[in-house]
Amino acid sequence: MTSLPEPQLGQKKLGLVIDLDICVGCHACATACKEWNASGHMGPLPDFSPYGDSAWGVWFNRIHSFEEGNGEGARTIHFPKSCLHCEEPACVTVCPTGASYKRAEDGIVLVNEAICIGCKLCSWACPYGAREFDADEGVMKKCTLCIDRIYNEHLPPEDRQPACVMVCPVNARHFGDLGDPHSDVSELVARRVGGDLMPELGYKPVNKYLPPRTARMATAAPVVPAPTDDGSAGDRMLRWVDRLLSR
Amino acid sequence: MHPAFSIVFFTTASGAGFALLLLLGLGAPLALLPSSSSFGFTALAIALLLAAGGLVSSVFHLGRPERAWRAFSQWRSSWLSREGVFSVLTFLPTAVFGIGWVFFGATMGLVGLCGVFAAALAAATIYCTGMIYASLKPIHQWHNSWVVPNYYALGLMSGFLILNFLVRFWAPHPIGVAVCSLSVVLVAWWTKERYWRFIDTTSARSTVASATLLGSRGRVHLLEAPHTEENYLLKEMGFQIGRRHRLRLRRIARIASFVLPVLLTLLALWFGGAFGGIAAGLAVVSAALGLVVERWLFFAEAKHTVTLYYGAEAV
Amino acid sequence: MIFLDHLRDYFSPREVVNTSPRVSDQVKCTTCYMCACRCGIKVHLRDGAIRYIEGNRDHPVNRGVICGKGAAGIMQQASPAKLTKPLRRVGERGSGEFREIEWDEALATAIDWLAAIRATDPKKLAFFTGRAQSQSLTGYWAAQFGTPNFAAHGGFCSVNMAAAGMYTLGGSFWEFGEPDWARTRLLVMFGVAEDHDSNPIKIALSGLRRRGAKFVSVNPVRTGYSAIADEWIGIRPGTDGLFVLSLVHELLKADRIDIDYLGRYTNAGWLVIQAPGAADHGLFARNENGEPLLLEPSGSLASGVAPGISFRLIGDAVLPDGRRAVPVFQLVAERYLDPSYAPERVAETCGIPAVTIRRVAAEMARTAFEDEIELAVPWTDWAGRRHQTMRGRPVSLHAMRGISAHSNGFQTCRALHLLQILLGTIDVPGGWRYKSPHPKPAPPGPKPAGRPEHVAPGKPLPGIPLGYPLSPEDLILDTEGEPFRIDKAFSWDAPIAAHGMMHMVIQNAWKADPYPVDTLFMYMANMAWNSAMNTAETMRMLRDKDPATGEYRIPRIIYSDAYYSETVAYADLVLPDTTYLERWDCISLLDRPIGSPDGPADSIRQPVVTPDRDVRPFQDVLIEIGARLDLPGFVTPEGEPRYPGGYADYIVNHERRPGVGPLAGWRGADGENAGRGAPNPHQLERYIANGCFWKHELPEEQLYFKHANKAYLETAVRMGLIDNPAPIVLQLYVEPLQCFRLAGQGYGSVLPPSTHRERIATYFDPLPFWYMPFEEARIDRTDFPLHALTQRPMQMYHSWHSQNAWLRQILGSNRLFVNRAVGRAMGLNEEDWVWLSSHRGRIRVPTKLMDGVNPDTVWTWNAIGKHAGAWNLDPDAPEFRKGFLLNHLISELLPPDRGYDFANADPITGQAAWYDLRVRIDRATPAEADIALPLPKTPAHPASLRPPPAILRYFAGARHEGSAQ
Ligand SMILES: Nc1nc2c(c(=O)[nH]1)N[C@H]1C(S)=C(S)[C@@H](COP(=O)(O)OP(=O)(O)OC[C@H]3O[C@@H](n4cnc5c(=O)[nH]c(N)nc54)[C@H](O)[C@@H]3O)O[C@H]1N2
Ligand SMILES: Nc1nc2c(c(=O)[nH]1)N[C@H]1C(S)=C(S)[C@@H](COP(=O)(O)OP(=O)(O)OC[C@H]3O[C@@H](n4cnc5c(=O)[nH]c(N)nc54)[C@H](O)[C@@H]3O)O[C@H]1N2
Ligand code: SF4
Ligand code: SF4
Ligand code: SF4
Ligand code: SF4
Ligand code: SF4
Ligand SMILES: [Mo]
Repeated sequence: MTSLPEPQLGQKKLGLVIDLDICVGCHACATACKEWNASGHMGPLPDFSPYGDSAWGVWFNRIHSFEEGNGEGARTIHFPKSCLHCEEPACVTVCPTGASYKRAEDGIVLVNEAICIGCKLCSWACPYGAREFDADEGVMKKCTLCIDRIYNEHLPPEDRQPACVMVCPVNARHFGDLGDPHSDVSELVARRVGGDLMPELGYKPVNKYLPPRTARMATAAPVVPAPTDDGSAGDRMLRWVDRLLSR
Repeated sequence: MHPAFSIVFFTTASGAGFALLLLLGLGAPLALLPSSSSFGFTALAIALLLAAGGLVSSVFHLGRPERAWRAFSQWRSSWLSREGVFSVLTFLPTAVFGIGWVFFGATMGLVGLCGVFAAALAAATIYCTGMIYASLKPIHQWHNSWVVPNYYALGLMSGFLILNFLVRFWAPHPIGVAVCSLSVVLVAWWTKERYWRFIDTTSARSTVASATLLGSRGRVHLLEAPHTEENYLLKEMGFQIGRRHRLRLRRIARIASFVLPVLLTLLALWFGGAFGGIAAGLAVVSAALGLVVERWLFFAEAKHTVTLYYGAEAV
Repeated sequence: MIFLDHLRDYFSPREVVNTSPRVSDQVKCTTCYMCACRCGIKVHLRDGAIRYIEGNRDHPVNRGVICGKGAAGIMQQASPAKLTKPLRRVGERGSGEFREIEWDEALATAIDWLAAIRATDPKKLAFFTGRAQSQSLTGYWAAQFGTPNFAAHGGFCSVNMAAAGMYTLGGSFWEFGEPDWARTRLLVMFGVAEDHDSNPIKIALSGLRRRGAKFVSVNPVRTGYSAIADEWIGIRPGTDGLFVLSLVHELLKADRIDIDYLGRYTNAGWLVIQAPGAADHGLFARNENGEPLLLEPSGSLASGVAPGISFRLIGDAVLPDGRRAVPVFQLVAERYLDPSYAPERVAETCGIPAVTIRRVAAEMARTAFEDEIELAVPWTDWAGRRHQTMRGRPVSLHAMRGISAHSNGFQTCRALHLLQILLGTIDVPGGWRYKSPHPKPAPPGPKPAGRPEHVAPGKPLPGIPLGYPLSPEDLILDTEGEPFRIDKAFSWDAPIAAHGMMHMVIQNAWKADPYPVDTLFMYMANMAWNSAMNTAETMRMLRDKDPATGEYRIPRIIYSDAYYSETVAYADLVLPDTTYLERWDCISLLDRPIGSPDGPADSIRQPVVTPDRDVRPFQDVLIEIGARLDLPGFVTPEGEPRYPGGYADYIVNHERRPGVGPLAGWRGADGENAGRGAPNPHQLERYIANGCFWKHELPEEQLYFKHANKAYLETAVRMGLIDNPAPIVLQLYVEPLQCFRLAGQGYGSVLPPSTHRERIATYFDPLPFWYMPFEEARIDRTDFPLHALTQRPMQMYHSWHSQNAWLRQILGSNRLFVNRAVGRAMGLNEEDWVWLSSHRGRIRVPTKLMDGVNPDTVWTWNAIGKHAGAWNLDPDAPEFRKGFLLNHLISELLPPDRGYDFANADPITGQAAWYDLRVRIDRATPAEADIALPLPKTPAHPASLRPPPAILRYFAGARHEGSAQ
């Protein structure tokens, strides 16, 4: 149902924390997401003209690359983006059919494919571009927060995480309950002053981004020349003349 | 935003249809319009054809048209659903009103009351249509206070122009309708110009910096998009229209939707009879073409925040 | 009631989500081969289809993660570019017209051609293989066949790193060593975009940043790893050697070097004969046992191999014959204290401010000497002396092809090693560590086989045709002193071409220089395209016919690929291979294993799906051909096939030396031995049970100082990794280089021709030095003012992945990245088309402006542009229309010099100098701005390729099976 569930006290808010400081832009989380979800809850994730011109497909997670700053001070930032499982998601409230909904129990935003009419309005309402239209089946799809992994009893407990989190080689993605202020993810966000994307729109994304840290340039003073130095190479070598070595 | 033809047609046609219905629903009971059944039949048929045609066309926009019936369920939260509900509800009093008028020649009493109901529901439908767009925060060009007035003004303008043409077959020189048409065109023109000024001079609070949390070091440029070819998001929401093209289309929209209809309506106001009828008819045609362009631009000029992730710096 | 339920469902629909669907019904471990990183994977199968592929948590390489490519493995299996049947060419070469044939015919044809060559002149077979990870098999096969003309991809890849490291340290950056990720405090990474260690580097960088260690990236481009570096040094390409030697200058000047380390572990004290004009000038002074000499404080000479002697670093020694000799260190200090290495003097050339150079030197010094690490781990050195702790200097360097792919790469890499040694950071805690099976002795063995006296009809070679020459006598030359190999490796063109020179083979075979070959046999290298320099011309050479005879100049080409790559269209006989999920493979200690500093390791691939087409694992095919040709290693003394079970049989039962075979784990009849032991018939089962890998964890006391660690050296001998437990002495001064240099100066019995003398004398400097890369030195620099580079994209592997429906969406075309300020000054907009020219030719390409790139540099992603028609892509695919291949502009030859066509390569190793390219940009007119040029003609493709679907709806198993909907 597309009215939002009443938030409960201590509401569980499952989501991701993405560390822009360390993401190397490898796209592992993007293809791992595609791979898991292709045969998963929202599968298939079709690809159109897959071997031709203008190939495009349904992806739940995409990696953008930005440059911040100008000239030599510029920094390259890789920026993964998937559904942020917002607390005030207009993608849900605009849906005319009830296909788009936010789960009361954990805050995951899902699409019920069986009743989606493919009006695309939810994709217009999502500021972040997290909704994916499956033009083959005519329905909307999206990141499920790997709902078929995170509770899946066929998987060992340590694997009950989103595919994109499991796969990230630099550990730039973290999964947890952002509704619990003492969870690892909440503490990480607090420590690193994580933030919301486009907070001005008031969607209150659950997913948080950790900003890149300011670069650490060296503070070391130049190497202090040894005291015997009088400038010439020959003289400089004198200091080693009496140094004896042994094997 | 990608201007899908089905949506452009839907909003212009059903806007005109519901507005015409609104005018008929109010005009007939108040005896401002010819009460003849034949007029009632023709005018209502046109209004319903436009309204229903638009709705049917919007169904073709759906990925799963066969499930369209599901769209009435979420009226508690969704403007689209409300629009659907109101548009369908509109047909109920309209049916009584139409039957009463066409078959029994009645425009007063219960039939008239139904006309007023129909008018109110039609007004609500138009409001919902406008709100579908105006409620979308990610699109600055839609999420503003000019959109709903625009939908009303342009809808009423189309309704009046049609009425001004139609009514001439029954009342050769309808001064009142012509004067109203003229004023509504002028008001619509004004709201549209104000809308254009608004979107030309303001942009969203969201920028690439707020979209990415970056910017502390200076400008943020997109270095690489996630995919080298276009994806759904860009096809749907990344539509771009060049400045020159945009201005040219605005000129066309302006001339065809407003300038010509004003001139032609003036002629129709001056001359009655066949000449006035032709002028009024041409005003309808011109406005129809103009509004299609206007509506196309309404989509094409709208910039979605998602484009901030694909190279736009502001929207 | 039902009605009310429906009504409620209508207004308040609820989805019942099955949060525990059945994931897979079978999980098989194997090793990824979406790139050469060799991660362990678990393939989940559902109803026989691949549900998903995940990293194996227990695997030492990737510890559970996989990369963007690895996770797209499903699409490699789904690729319509997969070859489906053996092919025999019917149209002209390059036309793509083939006839599908049966394996019987394919094998008979190959055997027919090869048998004739072997019976007459085996060197007329040129066998060149790519990153097959089967090099120990293919090299062995070539040796058994008896041809010297064998190489694998190292020559166009990173032989500069391998050779510089092996001659200096007995290990190298290139897969044979890595930073002490867990302990280093300062990592300086030179020229790395992705590397072979894709996942391990990422895992490690993440840990390093988390620990707060500093990471500096020296790279003209700021993407990938450089993007997350604490400091980015946007060096001008080809100048790292100078930058590093300037750091050395600063450290020497300030006496911030580890003298004690130099004494213990290096040849710093070895005496170098100073007798200009003598045939042994610059060689080590040795005693009658051939042992290098040291200068004792008393002025007498002592053998450099005995422990405990004290000796001088600086001072003149008088040799018994009265001549002078000085310690290596004295030469080092004299050379690098020279003011020409001062930061101010190199700053402009390198494009790095002098203050930055000083600061980096200071930081290295501070970290090395003030943040010293001491581990409470007792150990025993090679001489049996016990040390209570392991002391380390936590500065580490890592480098790859940004150093390697230049014509000064060997010496630049040597400069890096010099810096590491002076800081005392080789195989110490926090420094740079050898990966097992390294270290090996430096200078290394064995020497290349394949000299004229080794090559005879019907005879195998006495060794593998690749190796490490130590002096001119080891070169592979004919009786006139001319090159004897088709690629001219190990000739005066490239004496230490330790991995061969693949990039020259097509050109030389076409020219019949030094001689014509009969058959070019290639495997898993796209040599008509992205591993060719001057690609269009290379394709022409493959097509070219001798007008006199009407025959192709390269008469026969056999090629094994798994996909319809560009090169397939040029083959006469195509042997379709399986995919990596369909075959046995072996990642062996004899080749490029997965060992780590913590111990040796190796792994296998097992078939996890069955091929759905008529293809065969190439290794099986090669073994069968070997047996049918009666190659000694492939038949029993009775003449029966030695490995009737194909590659799986070979992996288990082949012994290179007694007890040493392709796999080191679970050897011995009962699987109890590691390293050495009799073949174990159940070895593969043991591997599979262990997740398809084997790893031996070294005990703590063997983890560092491996080059001088008694316990380690003895273990290594026991496991068959090295032959004797003598310490490995780090070579600041590389004597074999001096041997070659002396020949260049006219001394010795094997001398270079006059065209080569000066070159050999100049570049074979036993101490590292910097020189301007050749192309830059020879072209008009004002005409071609920019450097042009490529980088590996993390999500694509060379040319393979354009057929991958998922990966090609991420990178379906490439653009030329131009520095924003430079581009703007040229009048370029954000995304304009330009003509890009080199001294070789010009191409038309789309551009993109960016800030994080050295202003003198333009770059693009490697190997994204494709030949129209290849890979079974649509003719209007962006890979053809917008993507471009920089290789068109890279010349395989240098601009002519003294009438001799030298390869565009390092003069020592023959490493292809991909990154020496210099270019110019000219804006294209708007009318030209649409399509990348050149756009070669689209060839036909074999009818047996599967037609690509218009919509791909991959779903493993039944749709929504098990979901309670
Ligand atoms: N994803 C992926 N992984 C791969 C491969 C692949 O194709 N895709 N290929 C594999 C192979 S075969 C190889 S050889 C390795 C290569 O691994 P890398 O060495 O990481 O490969 P390159 O992309 O060649 O990276 C060269 C880097 O050096 C920089 N560079 C160029 N010239 C200079 C210079 O003069 N100085 C400095 N300091 N930097 C310079 C370039 O900007 C680039 O970042 O990667 C392996 N791994
Ligand atoms: N401009 C420029 N050029 C370069 C480089 C560069 O940095 N810049 N790098 C150079 C380097 S380091 C390298 S290593 C080379 C790499 O160049 P290549 O080795 O030519 O590169 P690949 O694209 O990996 O080609 C390997 C071929 O193997 C095939 N193949 C894939 N899997 C299998 C399999 O399972 N079996 C068989 N039989 N075939 C298979 C693929 O289809 C492909 O045709 O490129 C070199 N070229
Ligand atoms: S990110 Fe978009 S799709 Fe996801 S919950 Fe928020 S608004 Fe909805
Ligand atoms: S596309 Fe589907 S989920 Fe999205 S708003 Fe329309 S009906 Fe709802
Ligand atoms: S949580 Fe799952 S569905 Fe969402 S982006 Fe990550 S992998 Fe994809
Ligand atoms: S897997 Fe990790 S490092 Fe790679 S793109 Fe995703 S978040 Fe970034
Ligand atoms: S780095 Fe990626 S592609 Fe390479 S072996 Fe590992 S998982 Fe496979
Ligand atoms: Mo390579």
